[in-house]
Amino acid sequence: MSNQVYPKDKEILPGLQIEKVDDRIMTLNVGPQHPGSGHMRIIIKVDGDYIVHTDPDPGYVHRGEEKMAEYRNYITNIPHLERPVIHDSCNILYPYCLGVEELLGLEVPERAKYLRVIAAELNRCVYIEYWLAIYGIFLGHSTMFMWPVGDRELLIDLLDKMTGARVTHAYFVPGGVRNDVPPNFEDVCLRQVNYFEKRLKEYADVFYDNPILISRTKDTGVLSREDAIKLGTTGSVLRASGVDFDIRKKEPYDVYEEMDFQTNVLKAGDSYARSKIPWLDMFESCRIIRDALKKMPKSGSVRVKLKPKPKGGDTEVYRRVESGRGSLGMHIVSRGLPQPYRLKISVPSFRNLIAMPHLLTGEKLGNMPAVYWSLNYWPVEADR
Amino acid sequence: MSVIAPKFRLGYLVKGITDNIFWIIVLLTLIGIPVVQIVLIYIDFPVIDGEIWNPFRVFDAMTHPERALPLVKNFMQTDLFKVVAFPGFGFAALIAAAVIFVERKMLAKLQLRVGPFYCGKVEGILQLMGDGLKLISKEIIIPAKADKPLFWAVPVLFAATAGAFVALIPVAPGWVVADIDLGLLAVFAVIGFFPIITILAGWSSNSKFPFIGGIRALYQMVSFEIPLILSLLGIVMLTGTLNLSEIVESQVNFPWIIFMPIGAIVFFICILAELERIPFDLPEAESEIVAGWLTELSGMMYGLVQLGSYLKLYAFAALFVVLFLGGWNGPWVYPIEPMAEIITDGIVIMPDALVIKDIPGLPLFPQEMINGTIWFILKTAAVIFFILLPRGVFPRVRIDLLLKIGWYKLIVLAFVNIFIALALVYGGIIGPGGIL
Repeated sequence: MSNQVYPKDKEILPGLQIEKVDDRIMTLNVGPQHPGSGHMRIIIKVDGDYIVHTDPDPGYVHRGEEKMAEYRNYITNIPHLERPVIHDSCNILYPYCLGVEELLGLEVPERAKYLRVIAAELNRCVYIEYWLAIYGIFLGHSTMFMWPVGDRELLIDLLDKMTGARVTHAYFVPGGVRNDVPPNFEDVCLRQVNYFEKRLKEYADVFYDNPILISRTKDTGVLSREDAIKLGTTGSVLRASGVDFDIRKKEPYDVYEEMDFQTNVLKAGDSYARSKIPWLDMFESCRIIRDALKKMPKSGSVRVKLKPKPKGGDTEVYRRVESGRGSLGMHIVSRGLPQPYRLKISVPSFRNLIAMPHLLTGEKLGNMPAVYWSLNYWPVEADR
Repeated sequence: MSVIAPKFRLGYLVKGITDNIFWIIVLLTLIGIPVVQIVLIYIDFPVIDGEIWNPFRVFDAMTHPERALPLVKNFMQTDLFKVVAFPGFGFAALIAAAVIFVERKMLAKLQLRVGPFYCGKVEGILQLMGDGLKLISKEIIIPAKADKPLFWAVPVLFAATAGAFVALIPVAPGWVVADIDLGLLAVFAVIGFFPIITILAGWSSNSKFPFIGGIRALYQMVSFEIPLILSLLGIVMLTGTLNLSEIVESQVNFPWIIFMPIGAIVFFICILAELERIPFDLPEAESEIVAGWLTELSGMMYGLVQLGSYLKLYAFAALFVVLFLGGWNGPWVYPIEPMAEIITDGIVIMPDALVIKDIPGLPLFPQEMINGTIWFILKTAAVIFFILLPRGVFPRVRIDLLLKIGWYKLIVLAFVNIFIALALVYGGIIGPGGIL
């Protein structure tokens, strides 16, 4: 950053004198109609090539999921609750199902637990591939856009076989999973996951070891370990800053404690580390899927019978899981009704968005997409 | 407010067709026939068999090869042919069209997809035509507060400057539109216009993102023009001339890339930067500044800029071939002598019945021109391939890293290249009294 002293933001009334900062400073509205913004707006003030002020403005895709959940019963809530992240739908339904099972006192069959883990890990890879594709095109690397989108089809096919839908699977239900997998699923899954892992290794050649990419993303948008904890970031952003935090390890749910995998942690905290962690996570996901396929009971029930419109007690539960972006929690308040009295979704995207103004201010304008998308942020999920 | 499409009615269809026929007839009579007349009057008609030719007899002659061939040959010796057809705009535009198609297909193969596929049945070969028609039929929208004359001028200026660049390239011996002694200097002068046009586009559209894009283009082009010019000074020292045709003739035995690989690499990187191609496409960086200085251009204005940029790509690749790869020089792949049968026996259209003999126009082209053109096109295609390749491999660089590459690394390498050239001259290897 240059040595010039900029007017402090607190001297300006928010929203009133937004243009009258300085003649040198230009306000850019990045979004919502900007190819580099997603479904949101980032109000950026630049002095020359330096960003002096960042103001993220989400809320363009607010759908009122939490309010909608209060009008539907515990089963009919499933299809709309996955809408915020349709390409990570298993992981956003996971905490809901865990919470409702705790409310209703359901015991999930053993085979369903393994199927859940497989579906969740496949979905995590699908999400990360999509995210990585957009990261590639944000940096102007069109091959890194096409390759992940193409390889994602492998896993989409698997999920299609499992659940019957390419996206928006609605596969998890309170008390297990919706249906069992087809007979030869284990072999197909193992083969495709092995091939997928082979493809993942090629990303290093074309993207992660690329000298231009490294020169662009190394030491940009550095988030220190203390700041990462203080700002409440989660998931890959937190692990890229050197904090070993993964809910699958710290608070294992279902059968994750039996799975053989490790948490990837990098110390740098820059855009490069943040972009690399999800890629490394995909290898661990492949390990988990292989392990789960091996340990899964070969037959058995996958879903417990439920009464129509089951009622919860007069309690509240909070369950969280590790989604593709970080810890995703759901707080369900029950008042003895067939529907939740209040449902609060705590999304990782919004928690990572909080770090964005801290990282972007002082950076160059050219670093904006690299830093912004490395935060593993999905605008629709943040708006819920 | 939405516009609901009217239901299909036969009357509308008939009306549309008749309207189109009406306008085609009107435009043909008002524009087409005068244009043909002007073109025909421009050509000096030969006196053949004592007949004095006029434009009306030309139509008659076009059906008869014996009369048409001398006319064609005569037309090919005019300046008009050079400008619009062979070494000039038509040839370059044809190569540019091929480059767009090859780029899309090649990038698609790199990225595990098929690319253009349906348009034209065979591998989407007519996709460019479809895109062109779409661009022509689109509405041209100009921002309300834009500087309108300048904004209109930008696409025309860009395409025209690229065309001027194309005119300086010698394709085959004697086949160059503007064969001037200071050819290389003229190239530098033409290249110097592009940053002015881009900053004009950024400024006149009165919008923030085009303005940033224009400034970025200015920085980028200015900082890469210096190593570009410096990297070519070595060749000027060795050949002692600025005429591009003479530079090509000096490479009969060996191309200059053998002695100046460093200069060639510097020049190639500068080409990528001047063409605003990935990894140096900062002025059009999509995720940062929408489309850079092209943001407000719409319809055929955008199409003209794209045409200009692909003409520029051809011209730069051709310049690389001319300066480093020996231009049209190459072994004979085409018969050295013209085909004797046609000269002596004539063209046999029907045996024993219709044989056209003693055609005055043949051969239409000298043999070395065709051979030279083949080599020139082959080499240019190879260079264009290497210009297209980084788009599938590299991400975009940042502006400060870009300027660092331009000012710190490339200029130093360009000076190294100049010292190599000096060593070659004073070491007595090349030049007057040299070994080679």
